[in-house]
This record gives sequence, C-alpha cells and structure tokens, in this order.
Amino acid sequence: MNKSTLLFCCISLFASLFAAGNAFADVSITGAGATFPYPIYAKWADTYKSQTDISVNYQSIGSGGGIKQIIAKTVDFGASDMPLKPEYLKKNGLMQFPAVMGGVVPVINIPGIAAGQLKLNGKALADIFQGKITKWNHPTIKALNPGAKLPNKTIIVVHRSDGSGTTFIFTNYLSKVSPGWKSAIGEGTAVSWKTGTGGKGNEGVASYVQRIKNSIGYVEYAYALQNKMAYVQLKNHDGQFVKPNDTSFKSAAANADWKKTSGFYELLTNEPGKESWPITGATFILMHKTQKEPESAKEVLKFFDWAYNNGDKMAEALDYVPMPEKVQQLVRTAWKEQIKDNKGNAIWK
Amino acid sequence: MPTFLRDVHMKRHNLLDTLFRNITRLSAFAVLLLLVAIIVSLIIGSAPSIKAFGFNFLTSTDWDPVTDEYGAFVPIVGTLATSAIALLIAIPVSFGIALFLTELSPRWLRRPLGIAIELLAGIPSIIYGMWGLFVFAPLFADHVQPWLIEELGPLPIFGPLFQGIPMGIGVLTAGIILAIMVIPFIASVMRDVFEVVPTLLKESAYGLGATTWEVMWNVVLPYTKIGVAGGIMLGLGRALGETMAVTFVIGNAHELSASLMMPGNSISSALANEFNEAVGELYTSALIELGLILFLITFIVLSLARYMLYILAKREGSTA
Repeated sequence: MNKSTLLFCCISLFASLFAAGNAFADVSITGAGATFPYPIYAKWADTYKSQTDISVNYQSIGSGGGIKQIIAKTVDFGASDMPLKPEYLKKNGLMQFPAVMGGVVPVINIPGIAAGQLKLNGKALADIFQGKITKWNHPTIKALNPGAKLPNKTIIVVHRSDGSGTTFIFTNYLSKVSPGWKSAIGEGTAVSWKTGTGGKGNEGVASYVQRIKNSIGYVEYAYALQNKMAYVQLKNHDGQFVKPNDTSFKSAAANADWKKTSGFYELLTNEPGKESWPITGATFILMHKTQKEPESAKEVLKFFDWAYNNGDKMAEALDYVPMPEKVQQLVRTAWKEQIKDNKGNAIWK
Repeated sequence: MPTFLRDVHMKRHNLLDTLFRNITRLSAFAVLLLLVAIIVSLIIGSAPSIKAFGFNFLTSTDWDPVTDEYGAFVPIVGTLATSAIALLIAIPVSFGIALFLTELSPRWLRRPLGIAIELLAGIPSIIYGMWGLFVFAPLFADHVQPWLIEELGPLPIFGPLFQGIPMGIGVLTAGIILAIMVIPFIASVMRDVFEVVPTLLKESAYGLGATTWEVMWNVVLPYTKIGVAGGIMLGLGRALGETMAVTFVIGNAHELSASLMMPGNSISSALANEFNEAVGELYTSALIELGLILFLITFIVLSLARYMLYILAKREGSTA
C-alpha cells in the first residue's frame, strides 16, 4: 500500500515536471538521467543560464530512467553512465557522446594502513570481490605488498545495492582482467554479487567502508576525495602501480582509441599507458538522430559545445576529468554526421 | 403544519439523505476500486516475470541482473525475519510501557511520557535509518555483536543465527531498528485500550487481594486482548512495509545466510534500491512481482489476524 502510493506520487511528480518543461520549451532544454554527473551538469547549466539566458533543466533520475525517458522522447537529451551498445542505439535511433570523465577508486578501511599504501592488481581485486580471497594477509596480497603489516582479518566487501554506472565500469574492468570473474559474474549496472554487503549510492558505499573495519569498497573518485578515504594503488595494463588522480585518468582517456569504436562505445578500463588509471570511465549523453524539433536539439548541442569550450575548469573543481581536446573534436564531427532534422539536413554546422 | 407542506419537507429531506448516502457510498467504494486497480496493475506489471519463472520465483535464491534470472526467496525471508525480530522485541517492551503508564506511573509523569511516545511515531523513517547506520550500527558492532558471536555463536541450535563478523549492519540490526519504530504504535494502542478497562473490574480484583501483575494478566489483558492484537497488527503492518530505515541498515545483499549478523535484503528495500536503475523488461517485471508478493504477504497476515480475532470473539461468546 505504502509503496504503491509512493510510486503513484513519483509518477505524478515526474509528469508535472515534464509538463512544466514542455510548457517552456522555447527557452529551456530538458534532460534526464545519470546521477553521477549531476553536480557538473547543474554547475554548467547554472553558469550557462547566467551567460545566455537559456536554462537547462536536468533531472538526475538515474541512468536507467534517462534511457527510458529519451526513448519515450519526453526529454531533449538523456544521460547514462554506461555507454549503450551500437546495436541498441541503432534500434532506438539514438546517438551517444561522452560528456565528462571520472574514475572509480577501490577504497579500504584497514586500521594501520594509510591512503595509497596498499597495492593490488586486477586479479587480486577480482578475487577479493568474488570472495575467493577472504583474509587481508592472504599470500597473494602479501606478495604484492612486501613489508606491509597486513592483519589476519576477514575482508568485508562493500558493493552498490542499486543499479549504477559505477558498478558497470568496475565490473567491466574486473571482467577484462579476470576470466574467472567474467564467467561467474560478468559485467552490468547490477550484478549477482557472491559476497559482501550493499550500500545505496556512492555515499552509501563510502559510509559503510568508513564505518566497517577491514572493509573494501569502490566509489567514484570525487567521493573518495571528499570523504578523505584510503584509496588503493592499482597495477595497470603496463604493469605500473598508479594512484588515482587527474593525470592518471587523463592518460587513460588519451590512450583510448575513440576513433575506431563505433558510436563512442568506449570503456576506458584497463587502457594502455604507463600512467593510466585502469578503472576510468566517461559518462554519456544520448540524443535522437532524427530530430522533429531541430531548434531544441540545436540548443542542446550548443550547450555541450559551450561546456566543452568553457567547462573544463568547473569540471576539475568538482573532481571530474574533462574530455581531451581531440575527443571533443571527434564528438563535434559526430554531431555533424549523425544528428539530422526531418529533411535529413545536419543540425550542427 | 398542513400535511402537504410536511410532505414537501419530507421529500426534500429524503432527497438530501439519498444524496448524502450515495456520496459516502461512493467514497467507500473508491477505496475498494483503488485497491483493485493497484492489484490489477501489479499483476499486469509482473506478468512477464510470472510467465518466465512461475512458482520457482518464490523459492529461487538467484538474483542476477546480468543473466536475467530472478528469485524472491531471499527478500521474502528478509522481510519476514526482520518483522519477526521487530515484534519479538517490540511486544514485551510496549506491554511494559503501557503497563507502567496506566498502572504504575505517578500521575504527573503520565502525560509527558505518553506524549513523548506518540512523538516517536512522528519521526520520519529515514531519520531512524540514518541514526541506525551512523550511531547505532557502530556501537552495536563494537560492543554488542562481538559478545553475541562469542557467547551465543557456539550454542547448538540457535548458534548459527549468531555466527559471523561484527559489521553492525545486517538482518538483526534492521529488526532492532524496526522494533524501535513500531514500539510507539503498539505502545500507544495498548495504553489506550488498557485505559478503557472499567475501574470497577480492576478495583474488584484488587479488593480480592490480587497483585498489580495478576490484575494486568488476569483482568486487563483478557478484557483488552482484541485491542492489543489490533495494536500488534498495526505494528506488524508497518514493519512489513518499512522501506528507508531498513534499506540503510539491512546490508542489501541477495544472499541467503543462516546468521542474523550477516547482510540480507527485504522486499521493500530491494525495490527502493533497484527500481530506478532497472533496465530491461524482465528486471522491472521481477521487481514489480516482488511488490505483488509483499502485497499478498500483508494481505494474508492481516486476514489471519482478523480470523484469529474472530475465533477468539466466538469462543468468548460460547463460554459466556
């Protein structure tokens, strides 16, 4: 009874929000989707509004919701932390492009071990999250950390309880580095965890890890920084141990081969490069390829063009990583080639 | 007054009466209609999942969004277990509160205490959840759980319930937080019904030399048992459907564990966690079917309670 009422309220609330959005369609654009990039989209929208008087109304309802809304055409753009597969895009007449990047960081709470002290590789990380390595002083972890004082304590795994792009990026990385993980669990916004406890949202995982001793979890980089959590060093594709920071995220993005992948279906996990952080990911914007209202589509593109040109500082201030210049150029080309009005003319010139 | 005038009056009255009766009837039926509409939409929503899994859905412990295989056993167990723990704690405590307030407390203390308990019922559930996670869970993990694991863990039959790692969150914590949330409901109903017991009855019992406890147990409780059971059902209804507070502390893991210390999941917290980001028809549908199951559980529990009360009342009638 309780929940049905709640659901009903939500539906009517969303309905009224979108109704309001449509009423002012000539001066504002609407988007909906991923929660992870919400702070930076809101910041961009606010600054954009003060400069151009065009308001961007972004609802952070989650990636799944964003995909549903853009397919239903209730919004001008959708947003998803997980890139959609090219076939899925084609089926729904959509195109996608990356807006901004972030990294996923394993965080720990082991008394006596400070931030950056613990070193892990992909295989060990996968075994921990799969419940194969259950103690902190397991020989595998010891071998990676000679000299470190690792306690003889049970590892408590913390994962996301809600579906999330963060989980997708994380499990995608584990699938790439561990065949055992790939066959037993696989990748997705929500997976069938074999061990551990689930926190709701990045903040849920962060607070569980902070509160439970001998635990390990994974959060977006911004949350690890803001909560001053103990991160882990990871061994990357080139065999180097790297720390999560702007440089290592940018290196991963720069080394990705965006040109080759169709529809920007690019996951920046386990990228080559000496400095590359292995669990990096972009968050994506979804738009329809054929636009019935070319005017509002043009406004959306103008907004993201402006964000590419002027938004890097704002993104960095909020601990996001801006897209590299050459990727931005590729995106602009994709706009030109893929987004058309009813008559087949390109909207972005 | 001439007769024809009176007739006109009567007619107008009759008309108003009919109108009023129909308005009230409409309101009553609107609730019924809404209920039916909710059930129908839940059934339609869960049709793909029912088709795909059938009755296996109820007994399967799988929950794998990657391979699209779902089963409701873990959340069903979690919902029932947390509610059972909550009632196990809340009923005796509430009884104690009501007993103290109606029989033992000094008069000047009754009102403030009573108001305090009613105010507890007004605290939003998310506050209980946050308090549970940030304040209660760490204390519980450091001071209570290690003791429970050490002392009760090795016991033969109940032992497995208390084995595990002291994490602070889990099924037991969720049950305790739920207990705190339902105590105000049960306690205030109990107090209200205890208060309406005729003084004559109690005085007579005291006059015969009964102790306070004997008066409570042999006079007050039998006299009020229907009301007391109603209060407990109110609490149970709240415990079964509680979402936010449970989500914070239950651990949200789709794993079946014998231990109450380990994380689990409840139907409502699974819905709260996963509905937003559920992609794909079967996933959404499985979640809606979970909702349908919760609806049915609540319905069955409440019907059983009604039936129990009916039997009680009947037996009373035949012995009297």
